[in-house]
Amino acid sequence: MKKTIEEINRKITEGSVCVVTAEEMKEIVEELGVERAAKEVDVVTTGTFGAMCSSGVFMNFGHSDPPIKMQRVWLNDVEAYTGIAAVDAYLGVTQLSESRGMEYGGAHVIEDLVRGKDVELRAISYGTDCYPRKKIVTEIALEDLNQAVMVNPRNAYQRYKAATNSSDRILRTYMGTLLPNYGNVTFAGCGEISPLNNDPEYRTIGVGTRIFLCGAKGYVIGEGTQHAPPFGTLMVKGNLKEMKPEFMKAIVMPGYGVTMMLGIGIPIPILDEEMAKATAIRDEQIITEIIDFGVPKRDRPVVKRISYAELKSGRVEINGEEVRVSPLSSYYMARKVMEELKKMIERGEFFLTMPVERIPTSGVLKPMRQREVKLVKSVMTKAVTISPETSVVEASKIIIEKNVNHLPVVDEKGVLIGIVTSWDIAKAVATGRIGKVAEVMTRKVITAMPDEPIESAARKMEKFNISALPVVDSRRRVLGMVTSEDLSRLLAR
Amino acid sequence: MLLLLKFDSKTIRKPIISKATLETNALINILRANVGARKGEMVVEVDDSKARDVEEVFRRFGVEVVELREGIVKDEGRCVHCGLCTSICPVEVFEFDENWRVVVREERCVHCGVCIGVCPCNALSLPVNSINKDLKFHTI
Ligand code: SF4
Ligand code: SF4
Repeated sequence: MKKTIEEINRKITEGSVCVVTAEEMKEIVEELGVERAAKEVDVVTTGTFGAMCSSGVFMNFGHSDPPIKMQRVWLNDVEAYTGIAAVDAYLGVTQLSESRGMEYGGAHVIEDLVRGKDVELRAISYGTDCYPRKKIVTEIALEDLNQAVMVNPRNAYQRYKAATNSSDRILRTYMGTLLPNYGNVTFAGCGEISPLNNDPEYRTIGVGTRIFLCGAKGYVIGEGTQHAPPFGTLMVKGNLKEMKPEFMKAIVMPGYGVTMMLGIGIPIPILDEEMAKATAIRDEQIITEIIDFGVPKRDRPVVKRISYAELKSGRVEINGEEVRVSPLSSYYMARKVMEELKKMIERGEFFLTMPVERIPTSGVLKPMRQREVKLVKSVMTKAVTISPETSVVEASKIIIEKNVNHLPVVDEKGVLIGIVTSWDIAKAVATGRIGKVAEVMTRKVITAMPDEPIESAARKMEKFNISALPVVDSRRRVLGMVTSEDLSRLLAR
Repeated sequence: MLLLLKFDSKTIRKPIISKATLETNALINILRANVGARKGEMVVEVDDSKARDVEEVFRRFGVEVVELREGIVKDEGRCVHCGLCTSICPVEVFEFDENWRVVVREERCVHCGVCIGVCPCNALSLPVNSINKDLKFHTI
């Protein structure tokens, strides 16, 4: 039993097409079996709605009089890239406003345009014989643009790593807020209803596939950047002028930045039994990993392998404890996308296409070629440690003799229990508290690990406004010290 | 009943909570506290039947008392039902309904304010002015 795209499209014209959502398809296959499902169902609509940072819009503003060759351009104070022709620019969703910072960005400009609002355009140039103007400030709306084409280098991730945090501090990440000590787990992607999971061989989703992009008809233009099946991605385009505001949403990930949630739907033609089987995939079969954002390195440790079914249940077990799980994608909206696309096809407004070229079914994600990664252990210096019994006066002598500013306080096993700085000692002397250092030391010590990259140590010092970190092993035994002076010398290069 | 207590520089140093307990015999459960050098805020829970008496004592000592009758408010126009708040709230105010919409069981809310800074859509707020800007509750 085989069908062609032409046959399916003919049925769409005649109004006799059978379209179901990916959610409905699972049930149908379970009930009728693959063979009958393939015969009865023509199209399965899939959907996803989530934050997709690698998105943006190409715009053409038209020429001013006298004309300008834009060298830099801002829309509501958010800079767009204009290192292309005179009045073309690309506005990325994550670009931040120069005056409002993290509260407004490229995604908000795009949403404002789609909502019909006026946006301030400001551009500067060096001026040429053909483009004499050096500056322009004006208001524009979406209808004033010659073209506004959304072109997104990486969208619709097939699956994604889930996140948790083993460290003892709160992390604000692109995966949302992660509570300390494995306080929660967040994950992205819509699992069994997500487009690429329903066509894992990429037989029907490829270059030229017509899709639903934020309410408009769009197209797949290739595999996305970082495409690495089964973590596949898509590059897509669509006309911003036809998009609907309810299928896009500018958001601010607290402490991380601006991005945009997009609704993408892809219709999957049930050409044969194989496609019926593929679209019956369940969350239990879609496996990903929970990784630990508490370790500030690129290769973060895997905490657990896990299925989307477990993640969607809202609770997972980590180290014997139940941990609550948050999605980042909106299933509610993803469902709306599937339903909307289904209606568009049933009404005869949306026809299917076969890819003109397949996208790769394999690929690896290479890390950046970098100059050597410097680790804390390569820059740490010997720590001068003292016991909590040391007197304040003795400590002050050690500070002067050894010419150091920080004295980690350790117990008899060398385990870190506190720290005193030359400032603590001076303050203690000035206020007459000249007993043991145990009474004046700071007990909550921010530390570094020996194989932590130096950038991460530098960020901790900046964040907590301190100038040195004791370097400790996994049992918190002091191995050395790393100071901001050592780091700034290295990082400045 | 949840009560928001606002202390000023005079009241902040007095052991008013203990006094209120002694006088009214009510158990006072401190849910949240942020006490600075000059002012402070506290959210406490007391049994409904004793709330009146306890409030009376606090007011007599010059503490401003606000009854927290409503919990967190979600702006439905802004919420996209991403569910980020569901794993953050310590008392599980947020839940998914059968249509994957995030619903609010506001009667459980203890006004900790944590979820407000987590929502990517700026959809959450507390109805009374319980979060003083300079005395932000650094629960997280
Ligand atoms: S985090 Fe905000 S947008 Fe997401 S479900 Fe909660 S209230 Fe809605
Ligand atoms: S304020 Fe605190 S208790 Fe209330 S809903 Fe938000 S996180 Fe939950």
